[in-house]
Amino acid sequence: MLYGVSQFAYLVASACFIFALHWMNTPATARKGVYAGVAGTAIAIGATWAAPTVIHHLWIILAIAAGFVVGVPLSRVPLTAVPQRTALSHAFGGLAAGLVGTAEYYLQLSEGGETLTAFRMVALIAEVLLGYLTFTGSLMAAGKLQEVKWVPQRPVTYPLQNVINLVLFGITVALAAALAVHPASSWGTVIFPVIILLSLLFGVLLIIPIGGADMPTVIAILNSYAGLSAVAMGFVLDNKLLITAGALDGSSGLILAIIMCKAMNRSFTNVLFGAFGQVTQAKATGEQKVYKSETAEGAAQVLEQSSLVVIIPGYGMAVAQAQHKVRELYDQLKKRGITVKFAIHPVAGRMPGHMNVLLAEADIPYTDLVEMDDINHDMPQCDVALVVGANDVVNPAARTEKASPIYGMPIIDADKARTCFAIKRSKNPGFAGIDNELYFADRTWMLFGDAKAVIGDLVKELAAGSGRH
Amino acid sequence: MDFWPTVFVFVLATFIGLGVIRRVSRLLHTPLMSLTNAISAIAVVGSILVTGGDYPLRIRILGAIALFASMTNIVSGFLITDRMLKMFKAPDKPGEANR
Repeated sequence: MLYGVSQFAYLVASACFIFALHWMNTPATARKGVYAGVAGTAIAIGATWAAPTVIHHLWIILAIAAGFVVGVPLSRVPLTAVPQRTALSHAFGGLAAGLVGTAEYYLQLSEGGETLTAFRMVALIAEVLLGYLTFTGSLMAAGKLQEVKWVPQRPVTYPLQNVINLVLFGITVALAAALAVHPASSWGTVIFPVIILLSLLFGVLLIIPIGGADMPTVIAILNSYAGLSAVAMGFVLDNKLLITAGALDGSSGLILAIIMCKAMNRSFTNVLFGAFGQVTQAKATGEQKVYKSETAEGAAQVLEQSSLVVIIPGYGMAVAQAQHKVRELYDQLKKRGITVKFAIHPVAGRMPGHMNVLLAEADIPYTDLVEMDDINHDMPQCDVALVVGANDVVNPAARTEKASPIYGMPIIDADKARTCFAIKRSKNPGFAGIDNELYFADRTWMLFGDAKAVIGDLVKELAAGSGRH
Repeated sequence: MDFWPTVFVFVLATFIGLGVIRRVSRLLHTPLMSLTNAISAIAVVGSILVTGGDYPLRIRILGAIALFASMTNIVSGFLITDRMLKMFKAPDKPGEANR
């Protein structure tokens, strides 16, 4: 009887989760999706808590209270810190899966180990492996994104890196296989901690060779792992709600990772084992090219004369916190009857959709945020392309330069606009360390300086100019 | 144990996931990630069973830490998703020129 009630509750919760994701297909219904998700989670927690085997309540209440104490501040971070927060929550998800897996193993072992079938053991090891790997890997990713001191920002590579990783992975799989064949053996209690340690180590090793430009893909992959560890937990506990929710999360991470990889014209293996930084250092040579720079006054005059302006934001906009100044510029241009669109590259920023959230925060209507594939048709008619802290996503070398590490990556055609202004903090190459041909093109003028300051100057010029006419 | 039913659920749920997620607006990929994060924190179910069961102390401690971690994800995940989604506004209603 009670079993039927709890299973029904889980079924309702699963349906809620599917609706939650379904409503995310347009911003108009998306908030309903959050409510559906909250309802599903609440139902599931209630049904589980009411289970007859749950008899100690104090610790549950304390742990839930602690979750609120930490969770509420974590939800109020500035939007520029959202990539770090996301990575951190993947770490928490992985940790939870790993710990529950560990607890289940010792529990079932202490009860004689008869329940540890080969299938359950495989699921348990998958849960522990994915959980702890996601835990340390996501912590490393969060550290890189937050620029924590002791986490190396640049990709770390060393000789035989992939070989060492593969050997370690091989050892882990071999140990796991041995344990799956003899789940309740006495040496299991020795091997199990070793598998945990190897998983923790593996998470670190997997992330250190990865550079900032690959972060969107890596975050998506870690998202997928966190989901799959929940699926494995579902197999261990024979809980279909966990399997469903985990599979939804896993497939979401997978799709995002595929979109990110396509947007960079790279494969999964290349992102995970490629070490982006390595290739690029070799080709820092080449003849000295000259930038043409422009003043804010001059740029403002050109902007005033245009009828279509396309703004191309990148990670630099997030770093400079320039989104609110960009909004002022948008208002100034709109006031003059100029059409302003934002061209969003899928990998602009440090996580999928990063730019959209920042611009939405600055109150820019989402109908003016246009995807790369849609805006590129309009670029030849565009009077001014304004590049704000984007670099690789507008580099024409991706089209022509076969030797370039970004060759083949789809880009926003800023170089096809009648005029291109590029805001850049310094004269150094971008994150990937690649020279950007766009900056030396005939129709490109550089605006050097902090993105926020430069756009502020443009706004001032435009505001002053509007008085004169 | 008969594991086939669970494998069925996994495969079918993955197909549903792929179908639903593929249609999610690209504008919302960041909120999508925090939402799926909160949803997959449903691992809280496992943690509650471990923490609240009549088990040895050390096992319940592991469960309590896991419960704390999942609950943090649930709370912060849903709250920040809603906070971000509130910011996505449709264009201003008529009356504003220049559109």
